Order: sequence, then structure tokens, then C-alpha cells
Amino acid sequence: MIFAAGAFVGPSIDWYKMSPALVLVAGALGLILVGALTPQWRKGAYGFVAAASAGAAAVLTGMLWANLGENGTPSTLIGDALSFDHFSLFATFTIAVATLLAVLVTNDYLEREDEDGPEVYALILASALGGVMMAQANDLIVLFLGLEILSLSFYLLVASNRNRAQSGEAGLKYFILGGFASAFFLYGVALIFGSTGSTNLATIGTTLAGQHPGNHSALLLAGVAMLLVGFAFKVSLVPFHAWTPDVYQGAPTPITALMGSVGKVAAFAALLRVFTVALPSRADDWGPVVLVLAIAALLVGSVLAVIQTDVKRMLAYSSISHAGFILVGLEAASHISNADSSLGVSSAMAYLFVYGVLVVGTLAVVSLIAGKGDNATTLGAFNGLGKTNPVLALGMTVLLLAQAGVPTTSGFVAKFGIIRASVSVESYVLAVVAMLAAVIAAFLYLRIMVSMWLSEPASTERREIPTASGIAIAATVAVTLVVGVVPSALLNLSSLIFPAI
Amino acid sequence: LANVETAATLGIPLLTLLVVLPLVGAVMVSLMNKAQAEQIKLVALVFSLVTGALSVYMLAKFPSGQAGFQFVSQQSWVSEWGISWHLGVDGISLFLVVLTGVLFPLVIIGIDPHHDQKPYLAWMLLLEAGVMGSFLSLDLFLFFVFFEIVLVPMYFLIGNWGYEKRVYAATKFFIYTMAGSAFMLVGIVATAFLARRDIGYLTFNLVEIAEKSNFATGTGRWLFVAFMIAFAVKVPLFPLHTWLPDAHTQAPTGGSVILAGVLLKMGTYGMLRFGVYLFPEATLWAKPVLFTLAVIGILYGAIAATMQKDLKRLVAYSSVAHLGFIVLGTFALTSQSLTGGVMQMVNHGVSTGALFLMVGMIYERRHTRQIAELGGIQSVAPIFAGFFMVVMLSSIGLPGLNGFVGEFLILIGSFETARWWVVVATLGVILAALYLLWAYQRVFHGEPSEANKTFPEITRREGLLLGVFIAAIVFTGIYPKPMLNRIEPSVNKLIEHVELRTDYQQPVSKGEVHGEAGE
Repeated sequence: MIFAAGAFVGPSIDWYKMSPALVLVAGALGLILVGALTPQWRKGAYGFVAAASAGAAAVLTGMLWANLGENGTPSTLIGDALSFDHFSLFATFTIAVATLLAVLVTNDYLEREDEDGPEVYALILASALGGVMMAQANDLIVLFLGLEILSLSFYLLVASNRNRAQSGEAGLKYFILGGFASAFFLYGVALIFGSTGSTNLATIGTTLAGQHPGNHSALLLAGVAMLLVGFAFKVSLVPFHAWTPDVYQGAPTPITALMGSVGKVAAFAALLRVFTVALPSRADDWGPVVLVLAIAALLVGSVLAVIQTDVKRMLAYSSISHAGFILVGLEAASHISNADSSLGVSSAMAYLFVYGVLVVGTLAVVSLIAGKGDNATTLGAFNGLGKTNPVLALGMTVLLLAQAGVPTTSGFVAKFGIIRASVSVESYVLAVVAMLAAVIAAFLYLRIMVSMWLSEPASTERREIPTASGIAIAATVAVTLVVGVVPSALLNLSSLIFPAI
Repeated sequence: LANVETAATLGIPLLTLLVVLPLVGAVMVSLMNKAQAEQIKLVALVFSLVTGALSVYMLAKFPSGQAGFQFVSQQSWVSEWGISWHLGVDGISLFLVVLTGVLFPLVIIGIDPHHDQKPYLAWMLLLEAGVMGSFLSLDLFLFFVFFEIVLVPMYFLIGNWGYEKRVYAATKFFIYTMAGSAFMLVGIVATAFLARRDIGYLTFNLVEIAEKSNFATGTGRWLFVAFMIAFAVKVPLFPLHTWLPDAHTQAPTGGSVILAGVLLKMGTYGMLRFGVYLFPEATLWAKPVLFTLAVIGILYGAIAATMQKDLKRLVAYSSVAHLGFIVLGTFALTSQSLTGGVMQMVNHGVSTGALFLMVGMIYERRHTRQIAELGGIQSVAPIFAGFFMVVMLSSIGLPGLNGFVGEFLILIGSFETARWWVVVATLGVILAALYLLWAYQRVFHGEPSEANKTFPEITRREGLLLGVFIAAIVFTGIYPKPMLNRIEPSVNKLIEHVELRTDYQQPVSKGEVHGEAGE
């Protein structure tokens, strides 16, 4: 407990183990404070600081992972508030990498829109910080704090393009609906606290494990349901997905990438931890709900993605389908009596890493195509990209094929891991539904490929590819192919990942 | 496998080279400058020719009369999941590999893509690597990777170099096949996980799973169905065939030749290698359904072919019928029917490949595939007509040509185990003669119209190209023994595998294929 009775004793703080989060705070505060007090910096300097901050967070996470070793004992930080284990480090690393890539894309976007300044970068780093807190939270209140930091940054970032009405509209929409979701979440936390007497995940877990599983406390189940609604909104599961296409489309494209990667990874990491650490003894109650949510997200996301005409909307719906895929991993984890159920969480985390990288790469290309004003995101805008910029189109094709799950790409490895987890606990129906949804979604990626390769370009002029975005796209394509051909490294890492109790 | 020790080995990793060389070629082609058209073609040609030469070398080194997998190479790939780079060839895959190795250079030499040569050749070589890998993989995961990767180059070949409705056809092809594969992927993972109980550790090794696993009856049937859906789409088996006429008709000539020549065989080969080998009990259980679908395919394909106005579509539907025969022979599970089925896979690849090639030549000359607009070509281009005649007769199954040997073995072998289906299927042989001869009559006989009067005679390059096909057609038809000698031991071994695990006994005495094979 943070607030012990009697004399106040501050919790011990392990600064090094918290360093990834601290670096992000330092970057965000530094940009805001120093940026406000100094005249406009040179072109790209704000972006460089933000990228350096995110990169440093990634490097520090890697060092911490190496220190923890394969058999290191997981621990908690700041009096049980945060957890320090392979799971939280992997999620933090994913968030830091995705942030770094998104910053690179943002740099070119801001330059193109003549809006270079520190605010957007500070908010991006703040959102990453919120994400890291969510991924590490070992306490529902801390989790809520992380969620709010992440969400508030996102609301502002979504609305940050002052020259584009849709941006403001999307920000408002997201804000109002997100506020509801946060309220649901917080209410759920309160109810769970009421029925278990704690907000600490591990304590909730042991309290519930001690009770008779048949003892269905309405208070607890209502709390879990509220919590799930909050999470379902954040990771955009059906039927809590209605905001996703509008916000993805309205947000500045690099911010869409950030939401699709950092937002998803953070919320899913928290979701996975809460359900597998605090609530495993009630898996029989939430397992079927997750099953239904997964099927709904998979099918609705894929089918609605196919009929869109705007690429950002397509990717929004496809992100819903991907969220369904990740839930398949959680569903596998709900079969706690099965020895293989731990595969569920580790495969879901591997999927999140792969998807996080893919989505930033894909939206980086979309951001380039969108052009000044950030408006040209219809399918037609991609026409003939294979003729004007064959290398860029080839990179995009690799990313799209990976999202579709074609072998020798990271997407296939991720999907295979999920299917493996699902099959190992004998959830065959869900595995088949997931694969069929992937096929439906493949049609959508094919539509973008058709535009790029098989349609005539409006003008034969070659598009300029700014350096930072070029680096981001090249890096994501490289990761996609390397993980696809040599999956061992990722699998070795992810096999360690399960939330420590 | 028991006789791995006695299997032939070579100093070089031959099978790995067969897969990797085209891949390296594809990468090299894609890195070259678009302007160097001649050099690009040369590089593509060299890589495909060396691959072809290696496949022929492998055929020469392949020990006749051996049943087990030869030239096996195994390297750990994803050890966490029990996945390895595991290649091997036996009598069932041998000729399909050679066919792949020979067909690709012929297509690359013989057919011009007309535009964007560089990506065309890169996709072709990638496709070759994928097809080779599919026929050689002895690891379920590896097989799936190759089986699925083939879709991408084929999608682009149809979509970019095809005819009017190419985008529709390419997308349909991709989605249909991928939907089938979705079931197979779940099936593959489930097979490996369930087999783990019998084997003791997780592995995707085909041979190990087939020899050691012991699936419960119901489980085995479900898994079999999951695999079969993927293969039935690929073959294609009625009623999952509707992608094929579109894909075939809209594909560029080179794509159609490859599609008919080797790609469809991935389905029938998969049924044999994965369906029958892994799930013997389920094979016997599903036999009646598969026979029925095969026979419907034979008749439906034939009738639909008769009705076509488009020559290329006609050939496409004839493929549905021919593949029906192969499926019939595969599941009749006698030594003769299976040998005939494997042989017919190759025969169909040669004859239908050649037919698509010639339809392509007609289109190049007349810019139409409509039968009604052709006619009287025999009087202007008699040599061309002669070539077409031989290929067509091979497709009909005229004795003395390759199609006869395979079809005859299938029918006679299946008679004992699938009598009434064979009786109906035999009608398909007659119908084949009907639609092909009628098509020949309409295209080549009669008085040529104004437009057809200038139909150019066959060129030397085309003649040489078709000569290779015709040589294969005639040689196999007259002297099938070397081929049968290499196919039969593996086929018998597979049947023994089924007999060992079920109460099935094949009715006729084993191993007497040559007697009836019209030597």
C-alpha cells in the first residue's frame, strides 16, 4: 500500500528500473519547458529530441531486459504500484519503438504542414508515458492514471491539425466517447474494490482465488463487465468501436499510427495483465464473453473494412479485426486448467509487437500519400503508386501482405502464434473464425495493392520521400521480413512473457 | 523413415538448390536496372535453366524402384515450434518436380510478357521457388509457407499481365485459395499438437507424424476435412472450382501454362501426400464423397467445356474434368489407380500446358479467343494445326499418347474399388473427345474468313517450344515404363501404409502395373 497507516513511510524507488518512463517524462517536459522559453528551434530539432527520448527509452528497456535475464525474478516498483517483469518490459519496448517510428513520421508531417513545434512531440511522449504506465501498472488506480494520461494526450493530438475541420471533429468525438469509457472503467474499478477490498492486481487475484469460484458476487461481475467495457472501447472492440473509423480518419495520419500502435499495445497489455493476474479464478465467467467479443470484432472488422473507400477508414476497421485476433490469444489464456494456456498471453504480446510495427509502417506510407493538407487518403490516391514510386509501393505491399498474414512476413508468424495458442487449448471454432476473418480482411489489402499496381496514376510525377519517413518505412519493412523469415528471436523473447503474479 | 539410410544422397544439397536458385534469381532480377532488358531476361533464363537442369540431374540420379524419400535434407528452422527446413523427394513428387523445373524455363523462353518484363520475370522465378518448395517440403509448416506464398506471384501475374477482367480474376483466385488455406492452417497446427501426445514432443515433421501418430477416429476425420478443403479449392474440386475458369481465362499465357501445368497439381499432390498419408482412416471414410465430387467434376467440366464460346475457357473447364479423374484415381487407393493418378498429374500438366500455350499463340495472331471468330486455320497454317491436333489427342487420351496411359490406369485401377463411379466417369472420356474434336473442327476446319486468311504459320521458336511438349507426350505414351517404375514403389508404400493402419486391403494383386499399361 502506498499510504501506510500511522507514520508515512515513502516507498523505495528504484530509479534505474523506472528509467524508460522517466526518460519519456524528461523528454516531454523538456520539450514543453525549454521549447516555450526559447525561440523556434532549427528544422527537425524538436523531432530529434523526441526521437532521442523514445529511442533512449527503448535502449534502457533492452538493458533492463538483459539485466533481468531469462530467469530473473520479477519484482514490483514504488510499493507494488508498478510491476517489473518480462511482460511489462516487452510492452514498454514495443511502445518505445512504435513511438520512435511515429515521431519520425510526425517530423515530416509537421514540416509539410508548416507546423513544426514542440507541442505535438511533447504530447506524443506523454501518451507513450501513459502507455508505459498502463503496461506496467500493478494496481487498478495506477492503471487508470496511465489510461487518462494516454487518452488526454490522444484527444489533443487527434485535434491538433488546426487547418483541417475533420481533425477537430474527430478530437471532440473521441473526447466525449472516451470520457464515457473512462467513467465505465473507473466505475468498474470501484465495484471491484468494493467486492475485494483492494485495487492491487495481485491482491485481488489472491483474494478471489481464496473464495469459492461458484460464489458469483454480482458486485464483482458487474465490476469486471464495466472494466471490460472500458478496455473494449480503448482497443476498439465491437460493439464499442463506432468511434474508431471517424477518429482514425480525422486524426493527423501520424497520430493515427500512434493510436494504432501505442494505444493498442498499452490497452491490450493492461487488459491481458488485469484478466490473467487479477481475475484468472473467474476465467469461466469472462472467457465466454471474450470469445463472443473476439468473434464479433473479427467478423465485423473484416467485413466493414472491405467496403470502405478511404484507406484510413479501411485500416481503422482492419485494426478492429486485428484486435479480435489478439483477443483470441486472451481467450486461449482463459482456459486456465490447460497447461498450454500461457501461450495465449505470450502469443498476444508477440502479435502486438508485430502489429504495432506494421501499423506505423503502413500509416507512414499513407501519410506520405496524403500530401499537404493530410486529405488525400482515398483509395484512388494510391492509384499507380507502383509506377511512380515502385520501391515505396513494394514496401507498402510487404506491409499489407504481412497484415494479411502471408508467410515469410512477420504477420504470418504472429497469426500462427495466435492460432497455435488457440488450437493448443482446443478452441478450434475460434481459430477457424479468426483465419476466415483474416481471409476476408485480405481482400481489403488486395484492394490497396490493386490501386497501387494495377491502376493508372493520375500524374506520372515521382513523389518525394522525406528522409525520416523513409527511414521509418524501411525499418518497419526490414523488421517485417526479418521476423517473418527468422522468427526464432521474437519467439524466444515472447516465450518468456507472462505477467508475473 | 525406415529406409532413409539406404536413400541416395549427393554431395550438394540438391533439393535446397532447386528451391533457392529461383529465389536468388528473383532477387537478382528485381535488383537489376529496368533498362537492361536483354540482361534481365538472360539472368532469369540462366537461373531457371540451371534449376531445370538440376531437376533433370536429380531424375537421372533418382534410384528406380526405391519407395522412400531421397536426397533428404533437414535443417532446424524454428526450433521453438519444432519446425525444420525438411525437403525430400519420392516417386510421387519426382516427376512433378521435374515438370516444374522444365516448364518454367520453357515459359520464360517461349512467351513474352509484352510489358514490364522485369517484374514479370521476378514474379515467375518467385513462383517457381514456391511451387518447388511445395512439392519438396516434408514439414507441414514449411509446406504451408510455400503453398501460401505461391498466391502472391500468381496474383500479380494474373492481375498485371492478364486480359480484360484480370483484377477480378486475380482477386477471386487469391481469396478462394486463401480461404481454403485458412482451414488447413488450423488443421496443421491441430495435427501437430494432437500428434504431440503420441510422439512426445511438438514437431511438424510430416514423416514422423504420419508414422507415429494415432488420431482418434473423429479427430482424424475433422483434421482430414480441414486439409481437404484447402486442396479441393486448389485442384479444384466441384463445387469449389469457380475461380478456375476466370483465373485461367484472364491469366497471361505464361500464367495459364504454369497454373494448369503445376499449380493445380499442388492440390492433388497435397491430397496424396498429406490427406491419405496422414489420415488413412479418414481417407476411407471420405472416399464416397470424394468419388462423387470427382465424378460430378468430370461430367460437369466436360459439359461446361462443350458449351464454351471462348477457346481458353473451354480448355479451362476441361481441366476441371481431367483433375476429376486424378482425384478419382487417388482415392480409389489401388496400386494402378494411384500410379495412374500420379502419372496423369504430369500428363495433364504437359498436355494442358501445351494447349494453353497454343491458345495463347492463336490469341497473339488473331487477338480473339472466340471460337466463332476462328475457323479454317488448318488450310492457312497446317503445321500449327498438326501440332494442335497431337496435343488435343493427348488430352482426349488417344492410345499411344501420354493421356491414355494415365487415364487407362486410373479407370482400370478404380474399377474394383469404385465401380459405379468409374462407369459414370468413363462417359467423361467420351465427352472429352466430343468437346475437343468439336472445338478443333470449328477452329481449324472449313473455309477461312478474311481475317483468318492471314493467320501466320508457326514460327521456328514456337515450333521448338512445342516440340519439347510433343516429345514428352509421345515418349510417355509409347514407353511409360521408366516413369511407372519410379512412381509405383512409392505409391505401393503409401497403400501399405493405409493397409497397416486400417482394415483396408486393396483388391487386386499389388505391383502389376506394367502388364496393362499398353507397352
